[in-house]
Amino acid sequence: MADFVRADSAGGGRALGRIVVYGLLILVALYYLMPLFVMLTTSIKTLEEIRAGNLIALPGTVTFEAWAKAWGSVCTGADCSGLKNNFWSSVSFVLPAVVISTLIGAFNGYVLTLWRFKGSDLLFTTMLVGCFIPFQVVLLPMAQTLGWLGLANTTSGLVFVHVVYGLAFTTLFFRNFYVSVPEEMVKAARIDGAGFFTIFWRIILPLSPPIIVVCVIWQFTQIWNDFLFGVVFSGGDRQPITVALNNLVNTSTGVKEYNVDMAAAIIAALPTLFVYIVAGKYFVRGLTAGSVKG
Amino acid sequence: MGRPGVTDMGSLSIRNVVKRYGNVTILKSIDLEVRDGEFVILVGPSGCGKSTLLNMIAGLDTVSEGEIAIGGRVVNNLPPKDRDIAMVFQSYALYPTMNVRDNILFGLRIRKSSPQQMEEALARVAKTLQMEHLLDRKPSQLSGGQRQRVAMGRALARDPALFLFDEPLSNLDAKLRVDMRTEIKLLHERVKTTIVYVTHDQIEAMTLGDRIVVMKEGEVRQVGTPQEVYDDPADLFVAGFIGSPSMNFIRCTVESRGGRLGVALHDGGGSFFMPAPPSIGGLGERVGQEVILGIRPEQITDKDPYAGANPHSIEQAARIEVVQPTGPDTLVLIHLNGTPVTCRVHPGANPKAGQSMGLTFDLSKLVFFDPSTEKRIR
Repeated sequence: MADFVRADSAGGGRALGRIVVYGLLILVALYYLMPLFVMLTTSIKTLEEIRAGNLIALPGTVTFEAWAKAWGSVCTGADCSGLKNNFWSSVSFVLPAVVISTLIGAFNGYVLTLWRFKGSDLLFTTMLVGCFIPFQVVLLPMAQTLGWLGLANTTSGLVFVHVVYGLAFTTLFFRNFYVSVPEEMVKAARIDGAGFFTIFWRIILPLSPPIIVVCVIWQFTQIWNDFLFGVVFSGGDRQPITVALNNLVNTSTGVKEYNVDMAAAIIAALPTLFVYIVAGKYFVRGLTAGSVKG
Repeated sequence: MGRPGVTDMGSLSIRNVVKRYGNVTILKSIDLEVRDGEFVILVGPSGCGKSTLLNMIAGLDTVSEGEIAIGGRVVNNLPPKDRDIAMVFQSYALYPTMNVRDNILFGLRIRKSSPQQMEEALARVAKTLQMEHLLDRKPSQLSGGQRQRVAMGRALARDPALFLFDEPLSNLDAKLRVDMRTEIKLLHERVKTTIVYVTHDQIEAMTLGDRIVVMKEGEVRQVGTPQEVYDDPADLFVAGFIGSPSMNFIRCTVESRGGRLGVALHDGGGSFFMPAPPSIGGLGERVGQEVILGIRPEQITDKDPYAGANPHSIEQAARIEVVQPTGPDTLVLIHLNGTPVTCRVHPGANPKAGQSMGLTFDLSKLVFFDPSTEKRIR
């Protein structure tokens, strides 16, 4: 018996370690999931049940009325058509802003690594500074610029702002990815007869999906969740969903409808959640993928 | 060498070519004529400018001064794609997202070749390099040697006037490198296209080239056939760079004994006189001065009982310090004039460290160098 215990002790120790590790991980995961759980359950409860006061209790009667109201008929300010317009408004500027900033970032990275010129490293460093400039600093100059360009209070203007602000990040991503592309590949393509743009389209972009995913997730999250640029630069009736959500939740008139607030908040967060779930595994892969081994 | 004015399709002329980056001169006035169909090796230690020169021939780098002509046509201002060249790179530089077929055909596709042309080129290349079965694979699914073959296939597809190879075998392991060396040589025999091949490996240079261009610090030190460069090096650098194990250099003093010029050597104990070949007239004015004697390891061997009396050799015993068997030969280290000297003896002689051994010095190929200029004394 004693022998048996001794022989098994090593394995037993490892199993115990596993239990501790997994237990801890599950605990932390639960802790982080708690707010989501509360949001979800609250959003499908009736107002009476919420008033009864038990925050973490499961709903007695499940109703999706709050979701329907948040989407279609809740009032934000004077407008009582729900968040759907704001949702589509957000989509309408986030998609072009993400696509354009990613494409330009890829192009910048391509030039800064594979077509270096005198001062290209300095230029890159200068662009990096853009990563550290807080939103608030650029508000006034940006408003002035948009005015000059005739883009004030337009969706194009908001796209422009997000593209400009995102370029520092997207350039950084692509530049660091392309650094590991062997220069000889570009030389080979030049000898094969390919020009500057052909090499970009036919050779460099096709090997970029990992970093494109990273860039898209990053940009989508940033731009979709942005509040400040949205509230400052968007036209009154084309407000992004983050701004509408704020107006909805911070309203101080009437009865506070927590279930509608929660549903609205989840609706506002769904697209980023969706992007992470669809592309998440590529995200980590892209962050760690450096080399482009043949 | 090349015949100026005659425009062979694959000839290459490099005339007074200089390359500068800012104030730094990388290449100092290079002159080289390569005939159509010739296999020329640019060899030298890293930083000697050989790759820069190759990039300039390819058009990937600009020429600061001088002229480069391919097939009699000056190409200084032509982009790489218009120079009728193809290049194979050390890192293979295959396009990772394309399969082998598309890699090979990329250049033709860019040049808008007809489908029949591409079909023919693909069939020809796949047959030449025996890789019909690899055409649908991605580069990541190939071994190092296969990737190297695809890189060559890409170069072959366009049937250029001039092939440029930039250290193509450096990324391969030792055994594969030897195999691919043979394959490249066979390829050249078959296609008979001019090849300019850059390497830092002197064995590759010796085995592959019709002619070798030895470079150092942006200058051409010597141009010649492998045997010329080996037997008749222009200076101390070339002599030491070509050959493995490399030539022994021994500092010694010129003496005249019995009407013959030669050098005095000692092996720690007794000293002896080593007469120089009479053809080296330059030693006459240096009696009493120090020179550097160059002697290759295979010129110092064990006594051959069947050799008879060779007038161009002397026999001398020396104490063996280290014994290194390589299989076909055994390398033996002795000391002469305080310098370690490698000798190549037959394994059958069974040398033992610490013992004295009778050695035969072949004097017919002795070379001498000036210690200050490092040039040959002839």
